[in-house]
Amino acid sequence: MQAWIGRHAQTALASLGKLAESPLATVLTVLVIGVTLALPGALQVLVKNALTVSGGWQGATDFSMYLQPDIDRDAADQLGRLLASRADIEQVTLVDADEALEAFAANSGFGAALDALDNNPLPHALVVRPIASLSLEASALLKQELENLPEADIVQLDTEWVSRFQAMLQLVRRGILLAAGMLGLALLVVIGNTIRLDIQNRRDEIEIMQLVGASDGFIRRPFLYTGFWYGLAGGLAAVVLVAVATALLSGPVSALAGLYGGTWRLAGLDLRETAVLVAVGVGLGLAGSWLATARHMRRIEPK
Amino acid sequence: MIRFDNVSKRYPGGHEALSNLMLDIDSGELVFVTGHSGAGKSTLLRLIGLIERPTRGQVLVDKRSTRGIGRRGLAAYRRDIGMVFQDHKLLFDRTVFDNVALPLVITGMRPRDIGKRVRAALDQVDLLAKEKQRPETLSSGEQQRVGIARAIVARPKIVIADEPTGNLDPELSRGIMTLFERFRDIGVTLLIASHDMSLITEMGHRRITLDHGRLTADSANPSGQQAFEID
Repeated sequence: MQAWIGRHAQTALASLGKLAESPLATVLTVLVIGVTLALPGALQVLVKNALTVSGGWQGATDFSMYLQPDIDRDAADQLGRLLASRADIEQVTLVDADEALEAFAANSGFGAALDALDNNPLPHALVVRPIASLSLEASALLKQELENLPEADIVQLDTEWVSRFQAMLQLVRRGILLAAGMLGLALLVVIGNTIRLDIQNRRDEIEIMQLVGASDGFIRRPFLYTGFWYGLAGGLAAVVLVAVATALLSGPVSALAGLYGGTWRLAGLDLRETAVLVAVGVGLGLAGSWLATARHMRRIEPK
Repeated sequence: MIRFDNVSKRYPGGHEALSNLMLDIDSGELVFVTGHSGAGKSTLLRLIGLIERPTRGQVLVDKRSTRGIGRRGLAAYRRDIGMVFQDHKLLFDRTVFDNVALPLVITGMRPRDIGKRVRAALDQVDLLAKEKQRPETLSSGEQQRVGIARAIVARPKIVIADEPTGNLDPELSRGIMTLFERFRDIGVTLLIASHDMSLITEMGHRRITLDHGRLTADSANPSGQQAFEID
C-alpha cells in the first residue's frame, strides 16, 4: 500500500514536472479552464447576491389593510394595537382617513373636486409590517388571515413583484446550470484535446513502454495526472478570478447600497461554492484526460 | 520453448514475409536467424514479441498459443520477453539508469531493489560508469548496450535481438555476442537476427536461414527442411 502511494506520488510529481517544462502552454491551458469555470461561478455569485437583496425587500414587505367604511378611528386604533401584539407582526401604523384625504388632495391636484364631496370616501387604513424573518408562505398566510378579519375590506401586498422577481432568479439559476453544463462539455473537449496532443508528442515513449510490457493503466496514469493538475489549477484560477471580480465590484456596490440607505455588501464565493468549483475542475480534468487516453492510446501500437 | 506451427505472415500490401514456417526452439537455446534483408528475419522476431500477428498458423511460446493473448494479456506476456532493437528504442529524455529501470518500474518493484538490479545489468554491459548520462551522449555501441541491459534487467525467459550488432565494429560485436552467450548459460532462450556471417560462423551456434520468407537451412536439422517446403 505504501509502495502504491509512493508510486502514485511519484507519477503525480513527474506529471507536474512535465507541465512545468512548458510553462507558457500550461498557463494558457489553465487560463482557458479558469475563465470557463469562472463564468458560471461569477453568475452564481450574481444570483446569490440578487436573492439576498430581494430577500431583504421581502422582509420589509408591508401590507396595506383598508378597513370597512363603518369602522371608526377608535376601533381602527384598537385593531391596530391588537395586531401589533402578534408574534409575526413587527409594527402597525394607523393611517387616519381624514389625514389620508388631506394628503391626497394636496398631492393629486384633485383638491377642488374633493371639496365637492359631502363626506370622506376613504376608509381608515392600517399599514402592517410583518417581522423580517417571515417566509414567503407565512406572509401569504398572514395576508389571508388579515383579509378574513370582519373589519378588513381590502388587503394589498404591494410588493408581489418581489416574489415574481425571485421566481425569475430561480429561472436564471436553472439557466446558469444549463450554461455550466455546456461549458463543462467544452472544457472536456479542451482538456481532452490538450492531452491528445501530449499523447501524440510522446508516441515514441508510449511505444517503448508497450514494448517493455507496461500495461495500458500504467501508461495512462501520467496523462490522468496531467489532466488532474490542469483541472485543479484551472479550478483554483477560476476561484481567484471570481474573487478578483467580487473585490473590484464590492466598492461600487457598497456605494450604490449606501445611496439607497442600505448597508448591504457583495458576498463572494463561500467555502462550499469554492470547493464545488475546484472539484468540478478536477473532475473535468480527470474525465477529459480519461476520454483522451481511452480514445487515442489504443491507436498506438509499436512498430 | 518457442514453436512456429506452419506460420505465414502476409502484410496488407500483399507481400508475404513468412511462408509456412515450421520451427522449434528449445529452452536455453541460442539461435541465429540469418538471411538477406527482407527475408523475414525481423518478421519472425516480431511475431514472437507479438508486435505482429500471424496471418495463418500459430506461434506457441512456453507451450502456450499466443493467439489468445489480447490487449490485456499483452503487457504481462511481453514482460517475459526482452527485446533488443536495431534502432535501440531508448528514451532520450531520461538517463541511462532510468532507461534500464523501465521494465522494473512498470512491475511496481521497490526503488531499492530496482537500483540493485539496474546496476547489475549495467555492470554486465560495462556501462556502470555512465548510468547518469543521457543516451544521446553515448556512442551507438553504448546505446545498443543500454538497450541490451534493458532487455535483460527483468530476467526474461526469452531475449529477441534484431541486428544487435548492426552498426558496431567487429570487436564490439564479438563482445555483445559473448554477452548473449552468458545469458544462454543461465538458461535464457535467445533469438538473434544478424547478417554478420563471419561472426555467426565463428561462434558456431544453431543457425536458421530464411530466404523470401521460407526456411531454407537449419543447422540443427540439416535434412529436415525438405519437409517444411512441402505444403
